[in-house]
Amino acid sequence: MGVSVIVFGLVQLVPGDPIRLALGTRFDQETYDALLARSGLDQPLVTQYFSWAGRALTGDLGVSFRSGETVTSLIAERLPATLTLAFASILVALLIAVPLGTLSALRPRSVVDRVATVLSQIGISVPEFWMAIVLILVFAGTLGWLPSGGYVPLTEDPAGWAQRLLMPAVVTGVVSGSVITRFVRSSVLEALGADHVRTAQAKGLPGRQVFTWHVLRNALLPLVTVTGVQLAYLLSGVVVVEIVFAWPGLGQLALQAVQSRDYPVLQGAILLFAVVFLLINLVVDLLYTAIDPRIRR
Amino acid sequence: MTGAPLPEPAASPTATEDGVPSTARPPQPRWRQTLGLLARNPTAAVAATVLLLIVLMAVFDESLAPSGPNEIAVEDRLQPPSLAHPFGTDDLGRDILSRVVLGAGVSLRVGFLAVAFALVVGGLIGLLAGFYGRWVDDVLMRFMDVLFAFPAVLLAIAVLAVRGPGAGNTALAIGIVYIPVFARVTRASVLGVREEVYVRASRSVGASDLRLLSRHVLPNAAPPIIVQTSISLAFAVLAEAALSFLGLGTQPPNPSWGLMLAEGRGFIDLAWWLAFFPGMAIFLTVLCFNLLGDGLRDVLDPRQRTLMAGSGR
Repeated sequence: MGVSVIVFGLVQLVPGDPIRLALGTRFDQETYDALLARSGLDQPLVTQYFSWAGRALTGDLGVSFRSGETVTSLIAERLPATLTLAFASILVALLIAVPLGTLSALRPRSVVDRVATVLSQIGISVPEFWMAIVLILVFAGTLGWLPSGGYVPLTEDPAGWAQRLLMPAVVTGVVSGSVITRFVRSSVLEALGADHVRTAQAKGLPGRQVFTWHVLRNALLPLVTVTGVQLAYLLSGVVVVEIVFAWPGLGQLALQAVQSRDYPVLQGAILLFAVVFLLINLVVDLLYTAIDPRIRR
Repeated sequence: MTGAPLPEPAASPTATEDGVPSTARPPQPRWRQTLGLLARNPTAAVAATVLLLIVLMAVFDESLAPSGPNEIAVEDRLQPPSLAHPFGTDDLGRDILSRVVLGAGVSLRVGFLAVAFALVVGGLIGLLAGFYGRWVDDVLMRFMDVLFAFPAVLLAIAVLAVRGPGAGNTALAIGIVYIPVFARVTRASVLGVREEVYVRASRSVGASDLRLLSRHVLPNAAPPIIVQTSISLAFAVLAEAALSFLGLGTQPPNPSWGLMLAEGRGFIDLAWWLAFFPGMAIFLTVLCFNLLGDGLRDVLDPRQRTLMAGSGR
């Protein structure tokens, strides 16, 4: 609710007259008035908000000023690409973070730990779009192994799909992976020092068993939360990466909407991002209660 | 940003909590202890030094840059790095090194402004919410939750769509995005301090709210906020670069690092140095702010180490 008011209010503040923009420089007053009435922009703001919010609840986000398509269909068209990229990235992130974080926690202050710390610090600080450009330069330019960008649907060309997904997923995955690595490390370290682990060791359980059942299980519980939060951030970080790799996702749609002052599309895209963000947080909370018996009453 | 501008009471009641063995000597001001401890952390010390150099570079940009940032010399265009142009030249023959030096000013100014704005507004909100609790807390923090629900980059893009591009608006956009982060950190920290004995003691002898806040609560709630400031600066510089890269932030011909990257992108297979050096500058600056933030956290606020790793990204 609050989210929707802000989305609406924010977009209303955008300067420039969208109808004038859509019509171009040559138009007559009559067409202008007709369009104005049809888009409802002549109504008072409060009326506009409630009619927009009411329709948004039923899945009708309005019509693009630019292309005339419904915003819902525009978003539906772009959503799979963004979700694919986000999930592929989180997969890359976990593949990096879990082994690296666990290893460095098992041998604190060792070479592995130091290297992991440095790498994750670098991963957090590197600008995504710069890494993207460097990767394109190396793998698409110099080596010529991968296409520099674009998107083909999985159903049409699985190999091409994977090739085009790889670089963007690695770029966003490395950044999230760095954050998660640090988290895994500290959480495994904490679990290693817990009383029940010492008890298990004292019982004479083999090291491997203690590690999988007592350390890892407990350490990876909070990972669910972090992964969820990172997934939510990924959706936002993906905007820039989508642009560099010409990945036709929601981020690209939102940016184009800003550039062409396409209010309904911008409203829809931002609202959707916010809703997805909230949904992920909700799912994470629910999941956490489901897997951690301590939280259940 | 090593804590110098803090309002510090000379003998803070928590002076010995930082793991510094208390001795018979009169207690040092806390910011000096902090500096001392920080100097013993080699990574943080190096990061702070590099940052100082970058800031100096940004301040004295005009006199340091080998040539004017917008000096066009078409006959020298797209020159690879050489002695005359250590970072090469771009498609208009402008010296990349000079533009990177001048870009430091643009990027850092936007970063500092954004964080200052978020710090003041978010800090105030968090302070009020944490100190007064009850409905003040509810109203303010629910509003923060709503703001927090937006993905950072997208919220900034939306603000820029409203206000139009440019350096000032970019700072505002990034600042707005980080208000909830500062509000949360401040509130949590104030909650921890509010019920301390010295605060209650001071209240019981009739100190006003203003005095309580400024003399007791704020100074003792400051450490996590300082740490957050350093980390946020890292993200603010990164965000400015990203927004400028998208064409929404700093506008040409001003040399912002993000903008230079965007311009260099078109020449990536012809001239790698166009995009490489500005990117390196962003990376180095962000890395140093992050390392400094980590160092400050170890010194000021050891308990928070795991909790805040990577917040805000």
